Amino acid sequence: MALTTIGTAGEAAVQGSVARALRGHRADVRGRVFEGVLVLCLLVSLAVLGLLIHRVVADGLGVYTDRGVDFLDGGLSSQADRAGIAQGIIGSFWIAVGVVVLAIPVGVGAAVYLEEYAPRNRLTSFIELNIRNLAGVPSVVYGLLGLAVFVETLDGFSGASGVQRRTLAAAALTLAVLVLPIVIITTSEAIRAVPQALREGAYGVGATRWDVIRSQVLPYAAPGILTGSLLSIARAVGEAAPLIVVGAATGLLGRNPGLSLGSVADPGSLTERFTALPVLVSTWTKLPAEEFRVDNAAATILAMLAFVLVVNAIAIVLRNRFEQKRSA
Amino acid sequence: MATATPLDLSGDPRRHRRERLVGGVFCATAVTSLLVTALILWSLFRNGWEFFSEVEWATVFGSDAWNPRQNSFSLSTIVAATLIVTGIAMAVAAPLGLGAAIYLSEYARPRVRSALKPVLEVLAGVPSVVLGFFALNWIAPNVVGRLVGEEHGRGGSMLAAGIGVGILSIPLVASVAEDALRAVPASLREASAGLGARRMATTLRVVLPAAVSGLVAAMILASSRSIGETMVVFIAGGATNTAQYTLAPTDSSLTMTAAMASLATGTDQVRGSGLAVPSLYFVGIALFAITLGLNLVADRFVRRVRQAY
Repeated sequence: MALTTIGTAGEAAVQGSVARALRGHRADVRGRVFEGVLVLCLLVSLAVLGLLIHRVVADGLGVYTDRGVDFLDGGLSSQADRAGIAQGIIGSFWIAVGVVVLAIPVGVGAAVYLEEYAPRNRLTSFIELNIRNLAGVPSVVYGLLGLAVFVETLDGFSGASGVQRRTLAAAALTLAVLVLPIVIITTSEAIRAVPQALREGAYGVGATRWDVIRSQVLPYAAPGILTGSLLSIARAVGEAAPLIVVGAATGLLGRNPGLSLGSVADPGSLTERFTALPVLVSTWTKLPAEEFRVDNAAATILAMLAFVLVVNAIAIVLRNRFEQKRSA
Repeated sequence: MATATPLDLSGDPRRHRRERLVGGVFCATAVTSLLVTALILWSLFRNGWEFFSEVEWATVFGSDAWNPRQNSFSLSTIVAATLIVTGIAMAVAAPLGLGAAIYLSEYARPRVRSALKPVLEVLAGVPSVVLGFFALNWIAPNVVGRLVGEEHGRGGSMLAAGIGVGILSIPLVASVAEDALRAVPASLREASAGLGARRMATTLRVVLPAAVSGLVAAMILASSRSIGETMVVFIAGGATNTAQYTLAPTDSSLTMTAAMASLATGTDQVRGSGLAVPSLYFVGIALFAITLGLNLVADRFVRRVRQAY
């Protein structure tokens, strides 16, 4: 440093004043306050999440300590201390199955077409714009689609009439349609991240387009596709609004004929009337009695959050791990 | 050594057939997405048509109550409630989400960022019914009750619901805004620092203006999402089935989405009188049009960010 040639005696003082002059005389109070406010914004957001989970656990855990698995495999009832969520679990299970079986294959297929096959023309960009808009359509509107198409036009696939058409199959299909744009968008992003060199290498040794997709593109994009799929399953399991419109049984305080209490994996429930975990949360939270409004609702949320948050967390961790590995 | 003819090089015809088949299947799945839009429009207008052709428009524009089973379809009531709830939600989500985004993008060290961002993403994954539960059972008594007066905190209100919707929208604002901020080239920040600007000045005068279209997009998307949010308002908005026209945030009311959910809740027991069910589709058309418009505008802004850098 050139300044040190002035002399060793004043060296420290000079360095100090130079540093002060470079940094400004006064401490940067406004800058510090600004940073503090920003940190506060983030912390408040995170604190709300913590508070929310704390409330749900505090209100809901009592139900499990009192009644144990009884709450999970009990049927609906107008008495709070006997009401269980078995039918809700059956409904949510089949909705998740519907998403896995319908939305994920179709969504991945559409993304592969848009990224690997589609010519860059107006039709393609219209399809892409359409998908982005579908992702922004309010979920309750998808409920109207399900009501008009799957329930009224296709009789809920049950051949029944009246409210008996409002079946689990119609609900699962509605939510599969709802998450389709999410699957397409996340898969497209994953496919776009596949290095072009992989494709060119495969074409170079004589692979056809399908060979390239099957052996190079899909395996490389698999973690991204899996992340998107997990997020879409979690989203579907947490959605209540479209189910209410499609006709989830909400007047379920008494005995409810048609809501079977069979085993979770019995496909027979697909053509029967249904409810699901988020619908139970909504119905119970709107009741005046505190045992339903607070305790049972919170216990149902615990069951639902346990699934939704774990699936979300797996998806986020999976994505971050692969991002790090590939950027390294 | 035999010479290869062009026929040999063109490959196995079975392979060609398989290629065409696979391509066709992929194309069909992409077309499915267009079919979904077509089905949404078809459902909305097929059933909404009945409302448009039979309703007396005085019951839509001339009344001051939303009570579909009594043939009172006051559009101003549910639109006012929607605007109030969305306004409150944005007042919560815009500053918190934007602040979090600026911190994560401009201030946080990489390790801090990679630890905090996933937590924000978990918040994005919380289902809206959970926020509805939280808004009714915690926000209403503890926030609305303490700030405005205990009598307003005993049940749901537009204020409690709006805060709940706002919390739900924070992660959306934060993630879209952060993407926009991170898309600003580092050279702009370096040039600003080279001229002697502190980080705050760089952030406020250089980075934010450069990212402005992305930030606008974040706000529009969050508004659109708030307008379309159903369960929080349905649970914590305080009204079921009917609502009176009101502009006071501490009152209970029905937003467009909550009105739809209320109508649908009844339909498994009673077929509403006359136009009640068609009015469900009428509100659906209005909601679809509003959110579609906002999403298209936001899409424009997002594209602009991509083109600029």
